[in-house]
Amino acid sequence: MAAAAIEIENLTKDYPAGFLRKRMRRSLDHLSLRVEEGEVFGFLGPNGAGKTTTLKLLMRLIFPTEGTARIRGRSIEDVPMHAEIGYLPEQPYFYDHLTARELLDYYARFSGFDRAERKRRVTRYLELVGIAAAADVQLRKFSKGMLQRVGIAQAIVHEPKVIFLDEPMSGLDPVGRREVRDIILDLKRQGRTVFFSTHILPDAEMLCDRVAVLAGGKLQGTGAPGEIVGIEVQSMEVLFETPGGTGVPAAIAQQASRMGARYRIEVGEANLYEAMDRLRDAGARILSVTPVRPTLEEYFLRLVGREAAAAHAVEMVTR
Amino acid sequence: MSAMPGVVAVNTFREAVRDRVLYNLVFFGLLMMGAAILVGQVSIGINRLVIINLGLTAISVIGLVMAVFIGVGLIYKEMERRTLYSLLARPVRRWEFLAGKYAGLLLTLAVNTLFMTIGLAAALYYVGRPFVPADVTVLVAIYFILLELALVTAIALFFSCFSSPMLSALFTLAVYVTGVFAGDIRDFGALTKNPGVQVATRALYFLLPNFHNFNAIAAAGHGESVPVSLIWQNTLYAIVYACVVLTAASAVFARRNLK
Repeated sequence: MAAAAIEIENLTKDYPAGFLRKRMRRSLDHLSLRVEEGEVFGFLGPNGAGKTTTLKLLMRLIFPTEGTARIRGRSIEDVPMHAEIGYLPEQPYFYDHLTARELLDYYARFSGFDRAERKRRVTRYLELVGIAAAADVQLRKFSKGMLQRVGIAQAIVHEPKVIFLDEPMSGLDPVGRREVRDIILDLKRQGRTVFFSTHILPDAEMLCDRVAVLAGGKLQGTGAPGEIVGIEVQSMEVLFETPGGTGVPAAIAQQASRMGARYRIEVGEANLYEAMDRLRDAGARILSVTPVRPTLEEYFLRLVGREAAAAHAVEMVTR
Repeated sequence: MSAMPGVVAVNTFREAVRDRVLYNLVFFGLLMMGAAILVGQVSIGINRLVIINLGLTAISVIGLVMAVFIGVGLIYKEMERRTLYSLLARPVRRWEFLAGKYAGLLLTLAVNTLFMTIGLAAALYYVGRPFVPADVTVLVAIYFILLELALVTAIALFFSCFSSPMLSALFTLAVYVTGVFAGDIRDFGALTKNPGVQVATRALYFLLPNFHNFNAIAAAGHGESVPVSLIWQNTLYAIVYACVVLTAASAVFARRNLK
């Protein structure tokens, strides 16, 4: 069998806790995963689930209590193998005395490119992430969103085979999020493997071939987004406005809530067409109809329960 | 030989320059100008002694302050700001990163010292004193200061790998001060009749860096020559000691979990 892009076996991480550091807090609990070449893989979970811990373990920023991991068949401890991977840390912070161009050039140097090649790549990736106009501005003057874009550029400037992105949409405006989604899809088209963590379900739905769900440091399951999260439409949200502000039809007035000049109703999927007919009869102008789905947090609360999730997140193991 | 430390070193140097670390040269320049003008008016026949003593002491103190206070933040700052995350995810070994940071700060100190040396030479020229062959001792004294700074930087970097900048600065200064008086501590131990104290002071003498041997300021002021054997001995001592400290720092940093 060909080597997977990422293979994780029983990866576990305990941190010392308490004043005397004699107790251990388990952050990640025997995680095993396999990600195939060319997949876009979403790593889902609420805050504190162990997503960043996993990524840090794979990047050898922290060391496992137990377990191993391989990337493209080579151990994560194999330093030269890291030439084949790119990494965007969560809430990245870079040398603020450098400009964006200098920073990318700095990182490209670690891949051994000559000056001309570095220049070509730096220009290309600055344009790709939409900060070419600010290429010669020092990073200390960059907004959070711009830093996130620089972070993505540095993760892919050496065109790695496997790219790890920790919350890549964090801090971005809608345009930026769209651009990052396009970059991830473009990387997929190029046959690269993208492993990204997020707690935002729509991002995973839109981009991922498969996802893994983590809660309290434990893997809850892996599969296609629809399978794993069991996304069901809870209800339908209808936004509408009435002609000349004449008011909401009496039949659905109790369900409607006002949002400025507009109204919003939430109805069951089965009752959608009936509600729309009533609105149309009353002369209302329907602005949008959107399925309402559970958020990932709601999914987790259902899955493990609030108390169980809290207990998992701070599981204490006496040494 | 890996090119990684060189890449890190150049960035460290660039960071120091852009953070205006070299602004201390303005202070040194003003000190030398003031001293040259003042000495020319009040001293008779001791211009050389005063200017050289003052200049070399300033080079030493400014270098020491830079080595300690930049050195203790070298690794800690990178960990705190998480700037090393995306770096260590690349094919860079942790010891290569440490070596690069160390070399970068040494380069900064060397460039700073070079400019201060030029300032000292200008001050000596201003007071109307021709350069003589004995001035080579001044250069030797500056070389010894650089060796001393290389040691202090290694020690600061070592502490920076596992403690906060404040504690690292305290530890480094404590090692420096104890190291300056290492010989006196051993002599004190020898005077006591307590074998335990004698063993402890002798152990301290051999374990701590002996900074006393790096002070050639008085010899330079009086135009006395420094034995070539001492130059070799100090060079070898500084290289070996710095390598041992950096190896220890690498061992600590190699298994450190980053927050």
